[in-house]
Amino acid sequence: MQTSYSSAFFTILKRDLTIALRHRDDIINPLLFFIIVVSLFPLGIGPVSNTLMKIAPGVIWVAALLATLLSLERLFKNDHADGSLEQLLLSPCPTFILVLAKILAHWLITGLPLIIIAPLLGVLLNLHQDSYTALMLTLLLGTPVLSLLGAIGVALTVGLKKGGMLLSLLVLPLYIPVLIFATSAIDAASMNLPYNGQLAIIAAIFFGSLTLAPFAVGSALKVSTN
Amino acid sequence: MATQHSVLLAADKLTCIREDRLLFDQLSFDVSAGDIIQIEGANGTGKTSLLRILAGLSQPYDGEVLYKAENIHHCQEDYNSDLIFLGHLPGIKGEMTSEENLQFYLKLHGLDHSLAEQTLAEVSLFGFEDALASHLSAGQHRRIALARLWQSNSKIWILDEPFTAIDKAGVEKLEQLFLRHAKNGGAVILTTHQDLSIHSNDFKKIILEHQFI
Repeated sequence: MQTSYSSAFFTILKRDLTIALRHRDDIINPLLFFIIVVSLFPLGIGPVSNTLMKIAPGVIWVAALLATLLSLERLFKNDHADGSLEQLLLSPCPTFILVLAKILAHWLITGLPLIIIAPLLGVLLNLHQDSYTALMLTLLLGTPVLSLLGAIGVALTVGLKKGGMLLSLLVLPLYIPVLIFATSAIDAASMNLPYNGQLAIIAAIFFGSLTLAPFAVGSALKVSTN
Repeated sequence: MATQHSVLLAADKLTCIREDRLLFDQLSFDVSAGDIIQIEGANGTGKTSLLRILAGLSQPYDGEVLYKAENIHHCQEDYNSDLIFLGHLPGIKGEMTSEENLQFYLKLHGLDHSLAEQTLAEVSLFGFEDALASHLSAGQHRRIALARLWQSNSKIWILDEPFTAIDKAGVEKLEQLFLRHAKNGGAVILTTHQDLSIHSNDFKKIILEHQFI
């Protein structure tokens, strides 16, 4: 074998990060969207701290889902449009490795900034002070799942001209389990109850999708480029 | 002359149907080391479909493509490391410089990427190494993609309209490269609407025609 798999992995990772850093909209737009959506709630509902405190976990997580959804298309759309996707599929390393590299790059570009900004938005929504650790932990485990599952949807719709709406219909239902367990973990934390169980389930979803999603994405891409 | 041993790629009874139209039926041929094969045919006769099937990007309706007597979908990694496919789209990223674009593909195929600058000079892109690809023309994008051919150690080259947007001098240089590649035991399969200036003894033609049922 000429190429070692790890060098192919890092080559693709570096390329995607370089492109994102030179084309900063990809990083900034989903982040701004996240901030704006979250800050709409105090404006719309009113600054009554009790109500906000109650809805804060849900609002932050729903906004994170939508922000991720918004950024998903860049995962394969541009590569498909300029022909580099077929070149990637024809590279001598297995498809799941390059898919994994692209998903990791996507998470570093969109998931990580969301996690960093989330505590600030927690303050904005008057999140219960005991919930911050739970918020960070659920986001840390949950946002990679969003990228992994979302990648399957993008891979399936990449060949379609107007796949954007279809993509959200495909992907959002898959995000529901993460949403349920993440918000319930944050709620439990605010009542000083243990939330290990919820975290363990999110972790299980994470590892499950980490091992299976790259193969699903690989097959979906092959169908889409056929 | 071609022994069983030197057959690199074999199409076995390929049938392709697109949008309910039969493009070709039971097409079989061998590609041996040293072959230059031009696929000819009017627009819409399935040239690109055939090339994509040969490269393994599309599935044929029936039949299979064999690489060293094995179905290409069963030995994809080996096949891909012995293959360069250049399609209609050059696969060049506008956000990266021409040198970075070329280096990316060389690295992906495990080739030496330190010579990218010299290779770009081969395709008359000397002085453009650090230019962002989005500032370059369509012909220059294609040249970056074609530059990989100079460094490749893959035997099978499948090229879809490689001469599009390339000037006369560039076309001549490419044809010389194809001849050299064939002489070194490689095989080139290409489509083009231009007449090749290569002597007709040196290459074969596959002509696709519209099928009427």
